[in-house]
Amino acid sequence: MRYDSLLESVGRTPLVGLPRLSPSPEVRLWAKLEDRNPTGSVKDRAAFSMVEQAEKDGLLQPGATILEPTSGNTGISLAMVAKLRGYRLTVVMPENTSAERRQLLEMYGATIIHSPAAGGSNEAVRVAKRLAAENPDWIMLYQYGNEANARAHYETTGPELLADLPGITHFVAGLGTTGTLMGTGRFLREHVPGVKIIAAEPRYGELVYGLRNVDEGFIPELYDESVLTTRFSVSSADALSATRQLLNTEGIFAGISAGCALHAAMVLGARAVEAGERADIALIVADGGWKYLSTGAYGGTLDEAEEKLEGQLWA
Amino acid sequence: MAIEVRIPTILRTYTGGAKQVEGAGSTLGELIEDIDGRHSGLGERLVADGGLRRFVNVYLNDEDVRFLGGLETPVKDGDTVTVLPAVAGGTA
Repeated sequence: MRYDSLLESVGRTPLVGLPRLSPSPEVRLWAKLEDRNPTGSVKDRAAFSMVEQAEKDGLLQPGATILEPTSGNTGISLAMVAKLRGYRLTVVMPENTSAERRQLLEMYGATIIHSPAAGGSNEAVRVAKRLAAENPDWIMLYQYGNEANARAHYETTGPELLADLPGITHFVAGLGTTGTLMGTGRFLREHVPGVKIIAAEPRYGELVYGLRNVDEGFIPELYDESVLTTRFSVSSADALSATRQLLNTEGIFAGISAGCALHAAMVLGARAVEAGERADIALIVADGGWKYLSTGAYGGTLDEAEEKLEGQLWA
Repeated sequence: MAIEVRIPTILRTYTGGAKQVEGAGSTLGELIEDIDGRHSGLGERLVADGGLRRFVNVYLNDEDVRFLGGLETPVKDGDTVTVLPAVAGGTA
């Protein structure tokens, strides 16, 4: 397939069947391989959409500095888009993220400001908001509250899924900014009566929940509970186990958040079988496993891998 | 058998440092009341105005109770309830 430039090639990712992981011929699992995007993750869709919208709104002049809190993938996507469009990028990233993400961001020329590991992405958001206030000429796209993030999925991910899988009954994706679930979910609900939209939320080690009190919690501004049918909390052990199963049974080398979504998809598959219902369950493989090799997630026993992941932001 | 409730770090001041406590009840609301009887103050950190607090997430066997019936969600012996503060998570 031919494109005029890299940015033109964002999206239109393959949807592949998972025949060995599907519980029955009537209950089938499908994986949308978002690692086939330009920088290797689903975040290329949101990053491109948010920058285009900011350009339309006249917020970005040549040489402008974009600021973004990110656990990695959005930063890498923005770094690529910024490079091609002539902007600088500063990202605020928790220090407990993988070495590969830092290296990629540095290669793309982004400036990295580290936020403390304790508190995870909450802290990155807090630090970025402070920096935005201190540097009024910087443009924070703010993926957690930017409608262009969810809209990218409403306009691309959703229609792609419906075209490839008209009989879709369930859509499963990881819950981070909530953009993928909100945008794709809204589109599918408008076009597929009774479709179920399911969030798979990574459950991290205790360090990540290290708030001083519960009132400091964070809910992305994009989040609208009414779009979801239900929401699962997936432990690192379950996410890791499913990530390995995906490789061992279907040959897909995916990031750990894909295992998180797959675990939830397999629970839904089992429920459909039990209820005697047919199901076509689509799940998002947000990225490939490459950026997580240094975490130790792919070597040794599951217990060893889980121990190494403790305290890291694995999705 | 009882219902196991996992408590996040920031609420362990109410449980004497325990990571998990046990309780009983036929709904989540009853379970929280039961636990609050032994760990006074915990209940009001979880519940306000008859519902779960905004930044508190409670999962019954890994599923968010807000989608199962909130405080009316039926619970039974052998279930695991996990309490977590709402944080920014996932691939972002």
